[in-house]
Amino acid sequence: MLYINCPHCGLRSQNEFAYGGDATVKRPELNKEISDQEWDNFVYLRKSPRGKHLELWHHISGCRQWIKVERDTSTHEIFKTYKANEAIE
Amino acid sequence: MQKYSVFSLIKNAFSDHQNWEVAWKDPTPKKEYDVIIIGGGGHGLATAYYLAKEHNITNVAIIEKGWIGGGNVGRNTTIIRSNYMHDENGLFSEFGMDLWRKMSQDLNYNVMFSPRGIINLAHSDAQMNAYSRRGNSMRLNGIDAVLLNREEVQKLIPMADFSDNVRFPIFGGLMQPSAGTARHDAVAWGYARQADSMGVDIIQNCEVTGFDISNGKILGVRTSKGDIKAKKVGLCVAGSTNILAEMLNMTLPIETHLLQACVSEPIKPLLDHVVTFGAGHFYCSQSDKGEMVMGGDLDGYNSYSQRGNLPTLQHVLTEGIAMFPFLSKLKMLRTWGGIMDMSMDGSPIIDKTHINGLYLNCGWCYGGFKATPASGWTFAHTIAQDRVHDLNAGYSLNRFSTGNLIDEKGLGTKTWIS
Repeated sequence: MLYINCPHCGLRSQNEFAYGGDATVKRPELNKEISDQEWDNFVYLRKSPRGKHLELWHHISGCRQWIKVERDTSTHEIFKTYKANEAIE
Repeated sequence: MQKYSVFSLIKNAFSDHQNWEVAWKDPTPKKEYDVIIIGGGGHGLATAYYLAKEHNITNVAIIEKGWIGGGNVGRNTTIIRSNYMHDENGLFSEFGMDLWRKMSQDLNYNVMFSPRGIINLAHSDAQMNAYSRRGNSMRLNGIDAVLLNREEVQKLIPMADFSDNVRFPIFGGLMQPSAGTARHDAVAWGYARQADSMGVDIIQNCEVTGFDISNGKILGVRTSKGDIKAKKVGLCVAGSTNILAEMLNMTLPIETHLLQACVSEPIKPLLDHVVTFGAGHFYCSQSDKGEMVMGGDLDGYNSYSQRGNLPTLQHVLTEGIAMFPFLSKLKMLRTWGGIMDMSMDGSPIIDKTHINGLYLNCGWCYGGFKATPASGWTFAHTIAQDRVHDLNAGYSLNRFSTGNLIDEKGLGTKTWIS
């Protein structure tokens, strides 16, 4: 069981959360000329590192806020959690 | 190579089975090979075998970080099927079914292929319609498919929950009678033994640490046992694909996720088929030892841990008990996990790359085991001829940027949901 420290609610079990994938992926800017490659990068291409991974989780059975979690993908250690709009150090 | 037969078994019985030849050698790597295959799993071993057998390329090494057959080829639930709707997947898998049927003879190794049939259960009228469409698509591609109504399913699997007040009543199912199971370890060992006998070097406990690339051409790989030159290199590393891609400065449409499987204590023969639950994600078959072999959803977040987490197991087995209530009375014998190379459309990639002489085989999601022979056969063709075969032409790397996806389930890019 993962225990995720929701920045809004405190420490909760993984059962309350839904996963949202890689949080470093950025949607291309609106109304900008965008190449196929940029769309490809955004929609399909993922680093999927072994080690530290910044990812989105949705506290769906709690405060229903999206949060960012920095987690190790091989040990599942959670280093830090952030509010969705919080700056990442 | 010593041929396995009833006569060699009797002969060796007289010497207490002490004089069997080793099945494959443990060579030190040569300085240079024509082809290096990275990854000594089912697909890598099959690729080396078909390179030697079909293309007469025998100066080949397989480099494996651990031991052969210790990854996903030894961790799957051994299901073999070709019940796909899309042409690319259907034709590719059905080609593989032919190789499965001949495999034990071809490899002189009993892989215990058991075409016992797979039944996908339907729990609504809409699902019956969808299965009818899928079954018809399969039949157009020459794959056997039978649509079963509720009574026909009940005759085949009376132990499923057919009571009146269940949450997901069984409306019927789609069956592929020629689908089945095989002994996964034997597949790895059979391919390894034949490849070795044709001159392939199987180098275990050897980790790839980098690549030698110059002017867009591959020159060799760096490993924990020294640098090895190669004219061509094939990547066949499933869940570790992204780790090697990072060394190559490539970003792929792949995420690595963890899938669990488990077996119950052995019981007397009860279940004759492979059965999947249609209202969730759960599948079950009974091994020759009598264990119920079960699997289902991914753990649901990127993972390289090769170890599962309990909430997912609980969720999957809840579905299992909804389908087969008797499972709740069984004790769990073992659970384990493997790491899957989840592609963004659920279909694999077997293709050349932008680096000359470097070939990519990945994205098998959790359907890699059944694809072992067809994947090895087409990957060997792609490497030997430096061009893709018709069978794997759809499995291109650039299909994501060109929009030619093969999205069998229509789930999109949330790979952890599929």
